[in-house]
Amino acid sequence: MSLSVNIIKRLPGFTLNVSLDAEAGVTALLGASGSGKSMTLRCIAGVERPDEGSIVLDGRVLYDSKAKIDLPPQARKVGYLFQRYALFPSMTVLQNIDAGLSLEREARVRKEKHERLIERFHLQGLEHRLPRELSGGQMQRVALCRMLAGEPEAILLDEPFAALDSHLRWQMEAEVRETLAGFSGVALLVSHDRGEVYRMSKRVCVLNAGKSEPLLETQALFDHPRTLQTALITGCKNCPPAERITPETVFVPEWNAKLACAPDQAENITHVGIRAHYVAPCQAGAENALLCRVVDAADDVLSRVLTLLPEGGMNVIRAEVSKTVGDTLQIGGETWFCLPKEHIMLLKETHES
Amino acid sequence: MQEIWDILKNLDYSPLWISLKTGLVATVICFFLGIWTARSVMRMGKRAKAFVDGLLTLPMVLPPTVAGFFLLLIFSLRRPIGSFLYDELSIKVVQTWLGCVLAAGVISFPLMYRNARAAFEQVDIELIYAGRTLGMSERAIFWRVVLPSAGPGVVSGTILTFARALGEYGATSMLAGNIAGKTGTISQRIAMVIQNGDYQTAGLWVAIILLISFGIVVVMNIFADSKLRNVKKW
Repeated sequence: MSLSVNIIKRLPGFTLNVSLDAEAGVTALLGASGSGKSMTLRCIAGVERPDEGSIVLDGRVLYDSKAKIDLPPQARKVGYLFQRYALFPSMTVLQNIDAGLSLEREARVRKEKHERLIERFHLQGLEHRLPRELSGGQMQRVALCRMLAGEPEAILLDEPFAALDSHLRWQMEAEVRETLAGFSGVALLVSHDRGEVYRMSKRVCVLNAGKSEPLLETQALFDHPRTLQTALITGCKNCPPAERITPETVFVPEWNAKLACAPDQAENITHVGIRAHYVAPCQAGAENALLCRVVDAADDVLSRVLTLLPEGGMNVIRAEVSKTVGDTLQIGGETWFCLPKEHIMLLKETHES
Repeated sequence: MQEIWDILKNLDYSPLWISLKTGLVATVICFFLGIWTARSVMRMGKRAKAFVDGLLTLPMVLPPTVAGFFLLLIFSLRRPIGSFLYDELSIKVVQTWLGCVLAAGVISFPLMYRNARAAFEQVDIELIYAGRTLGMSERAIFWRVVLPSAGPGVVSGTILTFARALGEYGATSMLAGNIAGKTGTISQRIAMVIQNGDYQTAGLWVAIILLISFGIVVVMNIFADSKLRNVKKW
């Protein structure tokens, strides 16, 4: 099971240039909104046509500009879960599911399949409802069920939880995770939510203004982002420009700070990154300790987000601390904060080609 | 009062039936043709779309007499197409009821086409994409997904088409003429009796067409209201 995508599509404003080789299991496409994630999925599904390149699913050529192959979406056997589900509004739940089964002419086979699917997605009793009579979670189940009814060889999930309320999100995420675990083919998940990507996917491809970066294991991507853009999209809140002085020290002009870092082979680094929750109060004089003034403090749901200005620096550092720690710090007060050496990430800015 | 009653009793009602018949047949033809055309135009590229759309909308923005002129040019018995139709197939358009239908159809077609297209454009493209990825044929997608979603717009287009076809005057008078009992529609009858100074009969026909047209618009509004529940009072 593999999906190989190498496509170029010129769009107003930017060019989509994606190359990725996904294996069975969940691969995430992570990128800011407008980075071309959904367009990539649409090209794979065949509802949009790339300008050039190829798309091959398990050795089956879906699209190849050179060989002039462009299978219609109907023949691709690629399932698509739309962001707003795209359930047919005039059809009942059963008819919606049936839409993907219309190729099976034998009524008995179809009926059996229906029953199995409806049970599996807990849709009993809703068979004759219209989509507008369903809750968000139910709509998502119907959409999932409808997509899988056609037995696709690959499935594409476009921001599957974006339209759900947060309390439903967790439940649906668990359900979708379970469904995906039982799916043997390639699944591509598009998302701009780093947490979702972290929880759901094995590998990640970061899309940056239309350009794809090499595929990475999810864990590796979050632990060691290599580029500034990746660090930002994975939620790193502190990414100032930096210069390397020695293999184990960097200088950050914006913070007026010389920081020790783990030895790293990375060359031509342009920035450093440190995640906000690794920045913590410490003793004066500790390694990578900076004397900072607390400029602002805002309560998050479970933590407190501090804005710190290091001594002699021009730009702020964001720190996320527990509320109990945060309580002892007053706005305007000065304290020592440590930027642990093992959590300093050395980053390179990727230029748009 | 007695006077009006007398006129009503002795009125030649043929214009009403001719108009209704013409309107109905023209609407049925425009309905299918308009939907088919709108569907075809939706699949065109931008430039082809702008060109074809302009061409199809022309009858709506041109004076009906200009449409009548072109229709005559095509169907006159002294012209190749007209004479061919008459000699080979015994079809006569000029000065016949068929001419009424053709004129009314040509003039009201853009209303059907444009309303259908506007309704299709409102259909969420993701529904169509979903149908495709699910393996539905293009035909099934159109009939089972697109049309039901575009329903209200298509219906209001149909009603407008009927109303327009019912009252067509300019092109009809040129192509079909005003032959009492054959091609004499309500609009033509009104023009004729006014020329004769018979304002009473003219007024009656005006009242009849007013009633029908107003009824049509009211019915349309009620229908549109029940479908578009999201429309709120300003």
